[in-house]
Amino acid sequence: MNIVNALNDALDIKLTEDKNVVIYGEDTGFEGGVFRVTEGLQKKYGVERVFDSPLAESAIAGTAVGMAAAGLRPVIEMQFCGFIYPAFNQIISHITRLHNRSRGRYKMPIVIRLPYGGGINALEHHSESMEAMFAHIPGLKVVVPSTPHDAKGLLISAIESDDPVLFLEPKRIYRAIKQEVSEEKFSVPIGKAKVLAPGTDVTVVAYGAMIREVQKAMVMAKEAGYSVELIDLRTIYPLDKETIAASVKKTGRIIFVGEEPRSFGVGSEIMAVANEEAFLHLEAPPKRVAAFDVIVPYPRGEHHYMITPEKIFYEIERTIKF
Amino acid sequence: MFDQFDPAEDKMLQVIDNNGKVIGKEWMPQLTNEEMVKLYKDMLFVRTLDFMIVSYQRQGRVYTYPPNYGQEAIGVAAGAVLRHDDWLVPAFREMGAWLAKGVSMKEIFMFNMGFEEGLKFADANHVLPFSVPIASQLLHGAGIGYAIKYQKKDEVAMAFVGDGGTSEGDFHEALNFAGVWKVPVIFVIQNNQYAISVPVKMQTASINLAIKSKAYGIKGIKVDGNDIFAMLTVFRNAHEYARKEQQAVLIEAFTYRKGAHTTSDDPTKYRTTDEEKEWDKKDPLRRMKLFLEKNNLWSDAEEERITEDYKKEIDRQFLETEQTVQYPLEDVFKYMYEDMPQDLRNQQIEHEKFLQWKNARK
Repeated sequence: MNIVNALNDALDIKLTEDKNVVIYGEDTGFEGGVFRVTEGLQKKYGVERVFDSPLAESAIAGTAVGMAAAGLRPVIEMQFCGFIYPAFNQIISHITRLHNRSRGRYKMPIVIRLPYGGGINALEHHSESMEAMFAHIPGLKVVVPSTPHDAKGLLISAIESDDPVLFLEPKRIYRAIKQEVSEEKFSVPIGKAKVLAPGTDVTVVAYGAMIREVQKAMVMAKEAGYSVELIDLRTIYPLDKETIAASVKKTGRIIFVGEEPRSFGVGSEIMAVANEEAFLHLEAPPKRVAAFDVIVPYPRGEHHYMITPEKIFYEIERTIKF
Repeated sequence: MFDQFDPAEDKMLQVIDNNGKVIGKEWMPQLTNEEMVKLYKDMLFVRTLDFMIVSYQRQGRVYTYPPNYGQEAIGVAAGAVLRHDDWLVPAFREMGAWLAKGVSMKEIFMFNMGFEEGLKFADANHVLPFSVPIASQLLHGAGIGYAIKYQKKDEVAMAFVGDGGTSEGDFHEALNFAGVWKVPVIFVIQNNQYAISVPVKMQTASINLAIKSKAYGIKGIKVDGNDIFAMLTVFRNAHEYARKEQQAVLIEAFTYRKGAHTTSDDPTKYRTTDEEKEWDKKDPLRRMKLFLEKNNLWSDAEEERITEDYKKEIDRQFLETEQTVQYPLEDVFKYMYEDMPQDLRNQQIEHEKFLQWKNARK
């Protein structure tokens, strides 16, 4: 299974299991989404459960609030990361607040699926990585898988969550990784990072499409004799501080790798965790390897912007040799 | 009804005139005398409660408050039509409807005293909390409509907005979605002529607001929002239409905000006393009262007596609320998530440690 298949499988399982699950967005019904994540589901479950909505992101998010209040579990798709902004008001003003505002009376079990990230030669508004803006919103959970297995397990957890979840999908690796994934139902818990590779010299924290880039850098690091511990965050909020802190205490060094604009980002939060939780164990300054604070360049300029394995290796070596 | 009051012709449904005289007999809703008196009493109650809250605000006992003054007929008529399972999606100026749906006076007080607890609506069924971001709540109404239809329930959603809200994108998106989905939602615009200081003519070039329904393929009607009989007829018809036809409706209730936008606003800055006097003649309570008096159903003496009773009861409940409300620290955290992250728990624990330190210092 690749990530697209795994997500489709998770949706299929939840649609079968729970009549309250409905899926909609732009092109999500008949066509199965521009990335085909919902392909075949309308045919299987009918147009009432898997459908195309009119083209308006604020309304897609806002109607989900009403549906959730009335007992449904909407899974909505924002076609591309850069298209989510019209829905921002509904997310920050209602989806993440109605539970609190009604003192627990209305739950908001909404999943917002969001293909994100660069490296696919797309035009403007299609390649952004603005997860930090969403992780900053009280009331939201922000999840991002990097493998088909986690994509399936995390999406099942997200749909079963009674709290709203922003589900980031690294579209660059939608079809890049194939993995044996159980056809059975299983879940991966929200809020738990995973140590993908144990190591002793430096901790690298990443998520989504950056995991693969770090893994390539780790081949170079191994040749150079460095032992890297790789943590796949899997959930941005709530952040698994324990796993990060335990790792930094062991390695004494930490590098964050992300394709987000560097300042005030997820990486900045990881740096804070390293400093607050493992200050006396640090042997080198915590380091962010993230994108520039610029708008993602158009395809011909994107190679300047994207984080490459060489860049990651370069910073690994500098940190270890500090 | 909808065909006879085509918004394109700028027609407006009315039943009684400014003197309480019946001018639209065929649109008079079927009501017993007792029911008519009850409608008036409900409006009187809303007006009394509204005045009392404004006076509590002036005494510094509640925070900023948006009065209902002048618009009482709309909320009360809505409340008379909504059934137990129907959904109410409020903006923030529909007091009569909240009360009818089971929102308690104490909750209204608590909300205005600065407690989220006042939005729990513990004894009210299917009422969303008040919504501040203008027009955003209309989409919730459309979504509830979808859920009602999907679950094959015999329910209707009624969602409120003001005239200024019709300029927001969410207004148009909500009408569009509800129109495409064919869902039982009644959208109600309380056109009280002003969005804070901005008059409705600066919101739109349309001849009225009901006409906006046409662009979305749904029924629309303009109704005299200060005429409770007209409001009731329109709500009853819209309710039946939405339910039976599984369709959305847009109602423009033409009214006037006699009070301020909120207690922080001063309307004398942007409107004239001539205009206010003109609307005084159209006051919804005045018109209904003149009608009732013509039919020997009401008297000044009764009004005086009952208003006193209302005031006593309102004040009693206000004092009780004032004396009992509390805001413990845990309430700040408790409702943020259904499944609270450990990190957030830790923030509370950390703060409690600080408080212990602070208390030990004293």
